[in-house]
Amino acid sequence: MNLSFAVRLAARESRHGARRLGVYMASITLGVAALVSIHSFRDDVARSVREEADVLMGADARFSSGRAFPDSVTSFLDSLATEGVGIAYVTTALSMVQAPASDDVRLLQIQAGDGDFPYYGRVATRPAGLWGSQANGSVALVDPAVLTQLRVSIGDTLVVGQARLLLAGTVEDVPTDLGYQAAIGPRVYISRQTLDAAGLLGFGSVARYRAYLRLPDLAQHAVIDERYTEILRATRVRYELAVDQADDISNGVRFLGRFLALVGLGALLLGGIGVASAVHVYIREKRTAVAVLRCLGADQWTVFAAYLIQASGLGLAGSAVGVVLGVLVQGLLPGFLAGVLPVAVETRLSATSALAGLGIGVWVAGIFALIPLLQVRDVPPLKAIRQDFESGAPRMDAPYLGAYGALVGSIVLLCALEAPEPTIGLGFAAGLGIAVAALAGTAWVLARATRRFFPARASYPIRQGVSNLFRPQNQTVSVTLALGFGAFVVGTLLQVQASLVDDLSISFGAGQPNVLLFDIQRDQREGVISMLPDAARDGVEVAPLVPARITAINGVSSDELLARERGPDRPAGWALRREYRNTYRSGIGRAERLIAGRWWDGTPGSDDATVVDAGDLARVSLEEEVARDLRVSLGDTLSWNVAGATLESVVTSVRSVEWSRLEPNFYAIFEPGPLDDAPQSTIIVARIPDPETRAGFQRDLVRAFPNVSVLDFSRVQQALDAILSRVRQAVAFLGIFSAIAGLVVLVGALASSRVQRMREGALLKTLGARRRQVLLVLLAEYGALGTLATAAGLLLSWAASALVARRVFEIPFVPSPPVLVAIWLSVVGLTLVVGLAGSRSLVARPPLAVLRDVPE
Amino acid sequence: MITAEALGKTYSSGGRPLPVLQGIDLVIDSEAFVAVVGPSGSGKTTLLGLLAGLDRPTAGRVTLDGQDLSALTEDQRAEFRARHVGFVFQTFHLLPTLTALENVLVPLELVGGAREARNRAVALLERVGLGDRMDHFPAQLSGGEQQRVALARAFANRPKILFADEPTGNLDQDTGATIVEMLEELNREARTTLVMVTHDLTVAERAHRVIALAGGRVVSDREGGGGAAVVRPAASDVAGR
Repeated sequence: MNLSFAVRLAARESRHGARRLGVYMASITLGVAALVSIHSFRDDVARSVREEADVLMGADARFSSGRAFPDSVTSFLDSLATEGVGIAYVTTALSMVQAPASDDVRLLQIQAGDGDFPYYGRVATRPAGLWGSQANGSVALVDPAVLTQLRVSIGDTLVVGQARLLLAGTVEDVPTDLGYQAAIGPRVYISRQTLDAAGLLGFGSVARYRAYLRLPDLAQHAVIDERYTEILRATRVRYELAVDQADDISNGVRFLGRFLALVGLGALLLGGIGVASAVHVYIREKRTAVAVLRCLGADQWTVFAAYLIQASGLGLAGSAVGVVLGVLVQGLLPGFLAGVLPVAVETRLSATSALAGLGIGVWVAGIFALIPLLQVRDVPPLKAIRQDFESGAPRMDAPYLGAYGALVGSIVLLCALEAPEPTIGLGFAAGLGIAVAALAGTAWVLARATRRFFPARASYPIRQGVSNLFRPQNQTVSVTLALGFGAFVVGTLLQVQASLVDDLSISFGAGQPNVLLFDIQRDQREGVISMLPDAARDGVEVAPLVPARITAINGVSSDELLARERGPDRPAGWALRREYRNTYRSGIGRAERLIAGRWWDGTPGSDDATVVDAGDLARVSLEEEVARDLRVSLGDTLSWNVAGATLESVVTSVRSVEWSRLEPNFYAIFEPGPLDDAPQSTIIVARIPDPETRAGFQRDLVRAFPNVSVLDFSRVQQALDAILSRVRQAVAFLGIFSAIAGLVVLVGALASSRVQRMREGALLKTLGARRRQVLLVLLAEYGALGTLATAAGLLLSWAASALVARRVFEIPFVPSPPVLVAIWLSVVGLTLVVGLAGSRSLVARPPLAVLRDVPE
Repeated sequence: MITAEALGKTYSSGGRPLPVLQGIDLVIDSEAFVAVVGPSGSGKTTLLGLLAGLDRPTAGRVTLDGQDLSALTEDQRAEFRARHVGFVFQTFHLLPTLTALENVLVPLELVGGAREARNRAVALLERVGLGDRMDHFPAQLSGGEQQRVALARAFANRPKILFADEPTGNLDQDTGATIVEMLEELNREARTTLVMVTHDLTVAERAHRVIALAGGRVVSDREGGGGAAVVRPAASDVAGR
């Protein structure tokens, strides 16, 4: 091989080749830009989070618990305070808040704290400088959304439990917010004394207790860790450093960023298909030049090297432009995402990300170009003197096999490296492979079907246009792959989303419960039920809640089990540590199915009807997943700590639970009896269809029982709709991304067959065709191409969305024809616009100029 | 010297053998100017392709300057062509993406003589009267100018053998005549063996020797009007067969 000649030839040819192949390199540019911007911005966010760790927590460290801190913890917190450690207590709870001015009532988050918190960062209020005033017992501050939800203004009165408070102002910015917290549930900020006075924290109330620490010396952390670990573990109080929280957030950001990077990689690989298709056509057009070079004495590998260098050079140029574009996008992202970022993000040029993007871009361009480039070896020198001479079928020799192997290996490797976890990457690579193979297969079948059922009676331009799909060197498969892939991604996402919305409306729809009442104390139960409107009494479900923790399994204590090495026999930490909210009842719930053992009345499980003799112990039924994670089965014993008393139980049945149904569902259900006298609260679900009756009921209930909270599912539905609208935005982003990548490949594919199209148009015009007819031929071809691609993509998306809906989200798949029609119209419209835009000169140029090869 | 012994080529057409050349025996002396003529489909171009090592015969063998081409691999034949063989094509076959100068440089750079290559290429282009058009691309040149660039390229490596496939086929009569004159001059100066396939009998008569083909066989082998012909007996006769 003569490498120096190959380099010189590549450099000279690239003056013209760059123009021809440049459009394909644009698809590499797009993918590289996506990767570089995602990689760099991911690093920016993670770094900024780490740098702002203390501001994000508002302190250096934090203790937190689902229950009020026990004396052992408060006493060591007091001792820390005497050592100069700043300590601020914050309790968060859910409560109904009433506005006498509008008579509206809403379930809101209550944040009760000391004025000192946060220790770091500044809380912005309106009017300014109000933060801390809520420590005064008669004042409340609120998130701005509360004003609209309760229809109140600054200066009005709010009723929280039994406390009446002056709404002094709004909290505009809390540095400890992670962007989404206020969106989930707007907050009311009050003092801890007010919370106590409001009487909200009854038995079983859903509340979170936190103590924030400002450490004069960060080294004290080690001392606290050493001194108090045992107490914290015993009391199940969590101790967390600001830097650890920041690391968790950084890891979360990185994880998310890696998912996004997969989208970028998808676009890059789509661009790779474009490169392969472009190089294939380019080499076909270069066959005579290759033959001449062979006549003049160039060996196969020299010619191959020359074109490989060209493709790599263009890949390098495309990637370099991509890097620049990616860095520009990186700079714009903080502005676009200001509302959802946990901290103010400062962007920095990341040399690693830029180099990685450049390397990946060149590699993808090169590896996709390799297979079509190997064709140059098959060009016989004889073709220089005999234009019609073709060598036999392409050989499938070692270099071809090696190139295919390298391509598959590279894709798998890139996916594994970019994905959050290698297994996800492998799954993504496999999914891509299946999607591309299925698309190519579907396109092939559809093309065959079009040929088989050719519109023989259609007018000439239509017949000519459709038959162009099968002309030699046609781009049907590559265009179908590019456009079909875009249609497939968008179609799948939109259809899955439509199924989710449909499932939600069923969950909240007719006949389903729509209010959840909780924090009902035992002595309030009958009073609350009596207040329900008559129409709601029939379907009402009442469930006692008994908080409990597991202390031992089969006689082995939880601590001992947790101390064991992780393995298949060790129970999962979450299942062992959590505080369970158990219930007791006589019947099986509507969302439950008994799969193993026997219910209290002897009803057998569907898969296993074993009867367990419980002896004197309490009988308990576990949900199947928690049973699996606790590593227990029928006959195993569980010891529970119920309000300080020990309750021994035996697993006598296992249930599967449909968690998506709005029913009171539980991990552990006891038979009636053993828990009857245990300390407990109650939850009630009911259906109050009329919105006004529902609002009136909530107002009356809050007045009569200020500590009882009502969750109105129509509000939940609104919140879920808000989340789904964000999902829609993400879908739009992914869709636009895929569409642009597909568009670039489309532009390139149509450009590559332009010469052929031009000659055909000129010939038609010479034979007497009018411009309108030539235009009609083009319209028919592009319309057929767009339809073919969309049909392939949408057929596949139908199957994929049905699979995702049923397997991943476990919801019924509901086909959405309007979505499919909209995608079809968009893709065909896009194909027509791009196709016709590139064909203007084709229609306008005089035929003689084309037939005589006069340059444009 | 070029020798062809019992040369034959058969293609497969629709699964049936289609003989294009049969039993060709030839010896062409060094520095000879030989024209190969015949009607369309007589096998002229196939013979040229086999003599130049662009294709493998299905029967017989070709020896070029003492080298048996059938003993060489595809790439070895390419290297042999790079060093010893020049080509002129009917449709010029300049590489459209290279300038005139770069086209002439191709064979020189292929054998690695880059240092002297440029001077040689410039001299050749000046010799064919294109000193002022060296940086033009083929599309910017007329047909005659393109063929002159092709001539300069063909002689770039001082080949021992030059094959020309209908070099005037795409040119008007006057331009064609100029090209043939130039070809003759360069051939004489470089003392090259020239094998030219042509339809044009006027052009053929300028050769030393005219070989006529029909139906894939040599039907006449006579002296041309281009001077003292060096007609040798067929290779099989030399070999005593």
